[in-house]
Parts: sequence; structure tokens; C-alpha cells
Amino acid sequence: MGIELQNITKTFGEYKAIDNLSLNIASGDLIALLGPSGCGKTTLLRIIAGLEMADSGKIILENKDTTNLPPRKKNVGFVFQHYALFRRLTVFENVAFGLKVLPLRERPSRSEIRDKVEHLLKLVQMDWALKRYPSQLSGGQRQRVALARALAVNPRVLLLDEPFSALDAKVRQELRRWLRKLHDEIHVTSIFVTHDQEEALELADKIVVINKGRIEQQGTPQEVYDHPANAFVYNFLGNVNVFHGRIHNGKVSLGNHHVDAPDDLKNIEEKPSQTFVRPHEIGISRIRSNDNDLAGTIREVRLLGGQIGLNLECEGLDGPIEAEIPRELFINLQLEKGVQVFVTINRVRVFTGDYEI
Amino acid sequence: MGYTVFYLSAIVIVPLSMIFFNTIPMGWEPFVNAVTAPRVLASYKLSFSTAFFAALFDALAGLLTAWVLVRYRFPGREFLDALVDLPFALPTAVAGICFATLYSPNGWLGEILTRWNLQIINTPTGIVIALIFIGFPFVVRTIQPVLEEVEQEIEEAAHCLGATRLQTFKKIILPHLFPALLTGVTLAFARGIGEYGSVIFIAGNLPMKTEIAPLMIMSKLDQFDYAGASAVALVLLCISFSMLLVLNAVQEWQQKEYRS
Repeated sequence: MGIELQNITKTFGEYKAIDNLSLNIASGDLIALLGPSGCGKTTLLRIIAGLEMADSGKIILENKDTTNLPPRKKNVGFVFQHYALFRRLTVFENVAFGLKVLPLRERPSRSEIRDKVEHLLKLVQMDWALKRYPSQLSGGQRQRVALARALAVNPRVLLLDEPFSALDAKVRQELRRWLRKLHDEIHVTSIFVTHDQEEALELADKIVVINKGRIEQQGTPQEVYDHPANAFVYNFLGNVNVFHGRIHNGKVSLGNHHVDAPDDLKNIEEKPSQTFVRPHEIGISRIRSNDNDLAGTIREVRLLGGQIGLNLECEGLDGPIEAEIPRELFINLQLEKGVQVFVTINRVRVFTGDYEI
Repeated sequence: MGYTVFYLSAIVIVPLSMIFFNTIPMGWEPFVNAVTAPRVLASYKLSFSTAFFAALFDALAGLLTAWVLVRYRFPGREFLDALVDLPFALPTAVAGICFATLYSPNGWLGEILTRWNLQIINTPTGIVIALIFIGFPFVVRTIQPVLEEVEQEIEEAAHCLGATRLQTFKKIILPHLFPALLTGVTLAFARGIGEYGSVIFIAGNLPMKTEIAPLMIMSKLDQFDYAGASAVALVLLCISFSMLLVLNAVQEWQQKEYRS
């Protein structure tokens, strides 16, 4: 096992940041801790690194119990959101820092340090900047130096705290793919914290969704996205339309409109329900294809890159709904604001819990 | 730009240049004689050495105080923070009288020290103590904002990389604070050389022993030797000015390395 967390609890005064959380991560995996801000994901990362002490629980890194070790003995690579580079040191000295502070008998020789630092900087494609100072680099470059610095001490695990959130969208995308590639090369067990579901879905081998200090669900991006365990996870992974209604004899009501309930909920006689529909799972056409279609009017059109976002007012539904359709379809149907269309709701997810948004 | 030059001239340059013009009519030989008289030389030596040691001590004490004020939250912190400025605000003569009574043979501390055969009053040590008091806020106030700038994350990063607290301080924090520390210490030093009010009461002003340079100026003025006073003052002025120049140069050199 790469990382084993057993019954971790952490409170700040009255506030329970981590609530009896256990988690196992296989060696060599790249894991995303995904959750809204304040859900405890950064606290959990800091606990693993030893920067925060858990009130109770055990932390085992690569089969070594590190619960009570101070950060400098944990041998964990930590990458901070705002890089936390040493401003007075050059890029080379930053990366070499972890090696130069080793006790004398463990410290590599000068030339070994030099080779290692150069190798790492080549790995993060920053070998041209050896003599630069952090202030002379862009955000993305600084983060790559920070990563090289964290890797210099051969960490047991690599922890990244929202590593890309301070960067602009383009650089973020680029760095994400690059990190994935890098991880495939070096295979160090890694956890990164993010509140960006897209980042988690794209980058991680496994996603751990956290809310209020507890794990809501964990699994591969595919599993989590396609089979969300509960309303929170569904809602958190992407845009969503929510309908509050009731399940009644195998039918779910969305306002005055009814659809068939999913199989596992068919037998419920009567219960309040929440129904979720993803915007891209809503079909739009000019002609009514079956009786279940809803008549609607386009109230707003938004350009979302390759997709077009539509805000629709539908007969029988309480509020407006959001739909996303490919641009091509939008052009073929000659849609525009105010046009009458028919709406097919293809796929719904129904939850009967008392979860509230 | 115009305003800056005007104010700078009115407030700084014109008054200071009077010293220069006052000295010129003296001629070279009397000038050299005046500033190299044994008593004057002794006073320079005393002023510089006491100011130096006081500044050195302030560096340590100021660093520690600034550290505590920035890093720790405790009741009374703000009061303590305000207290740091007291030497700025207090008339220096008041401080001088305080020290003189405190360390006089029947003062609180003086009594204890006398029992151990230690004398503070009328010695260079006394001068150093007064100067430490005067220079202290300079160091604290220059370090404080820079220390506040060092994020916790920087230290955490160093710890995660295996550095001990001492290594983190030595290799990361101290280099960061160094320019500010240098400025603070230089200011404390410069102030120490010029300090008059708080020192004369505790120094005893024994010729050749505890006479500081500003006192030489005063005593020359008392004897209506205006030119002689200006001469001594001019030397002090030149030294202070060149010190500030050196300080600026050092900082420039420090900054250039990692910015640009």
C-alpha cells in the first residue's frame, strides 16, 4: 500500500475538519482529493505531510507508520498552491536545498547533487533556468521548479495542494497533461487536492470525493462520473439540473411532468425525490418525437467553446433548465433566442435521500 | 521632482551646508588641528565603538523582538508593539535621566551592581546601554514588515524538505531578512553616533574617557569656538553620510542579484 489512512479525525475548536476518515491508496497511483472549499481536503493533505497533527488516527506511508513523525522526517514531497519557492535562492539552489540540508554522512557529494538537480530540472523542462531567481519565472515555471524541488529528496509520496489553481486556464491545461505524463514516468504515489472536477477527471487514476470531512465516494473517474453514489457527488461532478418532486408508483415527477423511475426505485410507493439531469443529456429537436417530450422556449443562448448552452423555459416544469448541445446541431436546427423547441429528457438520476443543495 | 528638490534643499541640504561654510574660513591647518586634538580623537573613537556595540546588540535583541511580535499572538502583544516606539517618542534627555538614576550608586540597579563592584555610570558600558535603548526601535521597525512577508508556507516547504528549524532560519529566513537587518542596524548605528541627550547624563563626560563626539561639539560651542565646533561636526557629517552611501551600495548589490 502506498498510503494508508486509518480513522483520521481532526477538529479546529468546535469545527470538525476531518471526521473519522480512512483511505487506502495503492503504490504508484495518482489520486485526486476532490471537494468544495472548506471540505477538509487540504487539511487532510497537511496531516499526511505532518504539517498538521491529527487528533487521532494513523498514517502509514509505504508501510511505515509516520503518524508521529515531524514533517522533516516524513520524507514527503509537498507542492504548495503558491509555490513557496525560496526567493533568495536560485532555481538550482532551490532544488538542491533538500539535498544540502541532509546530515553530513547522508549528504551526496557536490557533483552528485549537481547531477541530480540538473536531471530533475531536465525532467520538468526547466534546465535552462538554473541560475534564475524565482521572481524571474512565470507561475507555471515556478510550479515546475517547486515540483522538482519536492522530488529531489526521493519522497515516499508526493502531495500537491491545488497545484494549478493559481495559474491561468491555458497554462493550467498544459501543466495538467504534463503532470500526468511525468507521473507515468516516475510513478511516485501522489495525491493532489483540487476543487476542479474537470482537473480531477482528466488527471487522476482514482478520485476521492470529500465533503464535510468525510469521503462521499471513491473510484476511477469513470466510475465516479457514471455512477455517482449520492446526490452530492452527482451535483459536484459537473453542471446539473435539479428537480425537486416525488416518486409515486414507479413514476418520478418533475413539476407536472412524469418520467419512469429507475429500476431500483420502482417499488417505492411514495417518497420525496430529487432528480438530476446533466445539461448534455437533454435532447433538443424541432419536432415532437414522442409523447413524453416537453414543449419549451429558448430564453438564452450561450457560447461554451465547442458546445452551445441553452436556457429553456419548459411547459410543466417549475423553473428554467439548462441544456448543452453540439454547435453543429445548433446550426442545423437554426436555433435562436425565442424559438419553440421540443425537449427530450434522456437520462435522469433520482436520489431519495434528504440531501439538500 | 521640483517639490522633492525644494523640500530636500530646505530641510536637509541648506542647513547641513552651513556646517561646511562655517568651517571653510578656518583654513586647513587649524581645521586639522581641531579635529585631530587628542580629546577629539578619543571622543570619535568612543562614539564609534559604543555605537557599534550598541547596534550589534540591537541587531540580536531587535530580531528576537520582531520575531516574537510577528509570529506569536498573546495578550498584551499590541501594547508591547506600541512600547517599541517609545525610544522614538521620548525626549532623549528623559531617557538619559532615567538611566542615570537607575544606574547611579543609590539607584535600583546601581545599588546591586555596586555591591558586586561593577560600575555602569560614568563608563563606556553606560553609554552602550543608553545607545541600545535609543537604537532598538530602528531595528525592530525595519525587520517587522519584512518578517511579516515571509509566509508560513516557505518554512513549511523547508521542513518538508528535511531542514531543521535552525537550518531553515539560517538558510532561508536570515538571508531574507538580511537587507532589512542591515538597514536597521546602520540606522541604529548612525543614530548612536549622533545621540546626545540620553548619553551625557550616564556618561559622566570624563575627558579622554567618556566624552562622546557630540559633546565635544557642545563644549566647543560653550567656549564660543564656533569654527572648531563646525569642524568636529563636519567630520561627523562626512562619516555618517559615507556610511549611508555604503549601506545603499550594499543593498543595491544585494537586490540586483535576485531581481532584475
